[in-house]
Amino acid sequence: MSSLLVPPTTPDDGSVGLSETQTVELFQPPQPLRTAGGVDFGPIQVAYETYGTLSAQRDNAIFVCHALTGDAHAAGRHSPEDKKSGWWDGFIGPGRGLDTDKYFVICANVLGGCQGTTGPCNTNPETGEPYGLDFPFLTVGDIVDVHAELVRHLGIEKLLAVIGGSLGGMQVLEWAAKFPAMLRSAVVLASAANLSAQGIAFNTVGRRAIVSDPAFNSGRYYDGEKPRYGLALARMVAHITYLSEASIEMKFGRRLQHSDRFAYDLMRETEFRVESYLHYQGKRFVERFDANSYLYLTKAMDYFDLAEGRGTVADAMSATDARFLIVSYTTDWLFPTSQSREMVRALLKARKDVTFLELDSPYGHDAFLIDSELPKLSAVVRPFLDTSLESVRKRTEPRPSGSDPGAAPVLGRPLPDGRGSEMRSARTTEVER
Amino acid sequence: MKRPKEAFADSASLAIDRLLMEQIAPGSRVVDLGCGVGRLPAMLADRHGCRVLGIELDEAAVLEAIGRGVSVLKLDLDDGLPDLPDDSFDFAVLSQTLQQVKHPKRVLEEMRRIAPRALVTVPNFGHWKIRAQVAIYGRAPVTHSLPYEWYETPNLHVVSMRDFRDLATRLRFRIVKELPILNGVAVDRAWAANLRADSALYLLERA
Repeated sequence: MSSLLVPPTTPDDGSVGLSETQTVELFQPPQPLRTAGGVDFGPIQVAYETYGTLSAQRDNAIFVCHALTGDAHAAGRHSPEDKKSGWWDGFIGPGRGLDTDKYFVICANVLGGCQGTTGPCNTNPETGEPYGLDFPFLTVGDIVDVHAELVRHLGIEKLLAVIGGSLGGMQVLEWAAKFPAMLRSAVVLASAANLSAQGIAFNTVGRRAIVSDPAFNSGRYYDGEKPRYGLALARMVAHITYLSEASIEMKFGRRLQHSDRFAYDLMRETEFRVESYLHYQGKRFVERFDANSYLYLTKAMDYFDLAEGRGTVADAMSATDARFLIVSYTTDWLFPTSQSREMVRALLKARKDVTFLELDSPYGHDAFLIDSELPKLSAVVRPFLDTSLESVRKRTEPRPSGSDPGAAPVLGRPLPDGRGSEMRSARTTEVER
Repeated sequence: MKRPKEAFADSASLAIDRLLMEQIAPGSRVVDLGCGVGRLPAMLADRHGCRVLGIELDEAAVLEAIGRGVSVLKLDLDDGLPDLPDDSFDFAVLSQTLQQVKHPKRVLEEMRRIAPRALVTVPNFGHWKIRAQVAIYGRAPVTHSLPYEWYETPNLHVVSMRDFRDLATRLRFRIVKELPILNGVAVDRAWAANLRADSALYLLERA
């Protein structure tokens, strides 16, 4: 049994309050994104939110990578009337896991998504129609490329941490491999260096459900009926993989929804509570998610393999000097602990600093998103980040003869090679040794 | 259930930590098996510039170690250490933990695999007070350095200095140093050490 002493937080104490999604257009001509599939793509609109304040030294920025169907709205509420807060509200805020009193937290919607960042549902400027399946094939690497560009646009050379769970954790690993000098620490939750065959299998069923929906119409459904049955079915299947045997048993058991007795009616779809729940999840998902995005993003997830083109996972991680925190959950069978431990092994082989915990939870893969599990996760992540920041600041303390690291660096976008000004460059060499 | 490291009085365990530090060259890569709250690895990192990793099973202790800036893996030593590559460290430390694992021999074998040098401290159940309690009173021993009743002790194995020497040799370790610890103080050599030492520190190398 866990013996963590974490004070309980009431739902609204420690919230970031009102938040707002902002957008910026990146990869404008003549500098499009070259995707992994070899397509030059741009401009790309990126939707993002930020919480907390960037320090004068710009050393306290944390980038949050969302999972498959997440969005930029990670914390707070968009209006006081909003019933729902951001998807990681219990984890981001004053005194929470990502403490916005100390850190500047950024979260952005992924490329190919459907919640503000350019994706298949947006208008292709060349045709005036939604991209649909003309959207370029995209990978986790492409997603990270776009987010790295956003971070540079915000004037941040080096993130204190990149953090994410599931597909978000894959992005964290990709950051460390692709932009090794852009992060000081990496927090990978319920994730893996590649998706297991079992994971690919479930994604395949989801995609098949979508493309075989009569309304799919080769992805051109935006001005008519949408493939909502297919998308809902995809979500229902996927949702099962996010739960555990124990959590389904606990939450629903064999209980019936409306009666104590069987109806002996084949077509009654919501007789068991678990049936009713899955149908509800499917229905709600269709309201907020685009089927084409689901196809693109699950495929990106299937393709993801950190070792691909880099030798081994250890080779992929060799260039970064980031510290790693790897967390898995006991009942997660989609991204099992064994895959996290493979990562740990590879990181140790690459001689990296790595911390690993398997947390006890009945909630399966979903655990890193479940409110009641967040205090436990916070108790791990908070000291990890605090000591990361401490060690950065210790290394950049003013020397007796030295400059003043407390002074604000010159504002504006740094040059691509990281040399913004003499002052910045002097400070950087100290930090990056 | 008390945490493993509380099996010993704090001042005594601090003294042992200091003693261990003296054996480890600055800048070494060190893994501390059963690191508890990470006091030793934190000191090694801060004062000796060592690259450190802790292994600990107790979650609360792991969190405290993280708070000290120590990288730590929450793992059970009794499952072996398959995550740690061969020769990935200069030193493997096992301090006051050997008697608490289920398979001490296996843990020592793993230490030999992951580092060329091992530092092990073991409580000495050959101490005369312990022998006296068993022999004269017919009681399972409870002493200042081993303060547990038999039914709640975390110490699964009873081992004396002589016993440990035998096992180390059998596992093809060379005993480079054996420092008996008497009343919290390490001595280079002691008359009838196996009778008088509370515990002992061993520096081992692959033979």
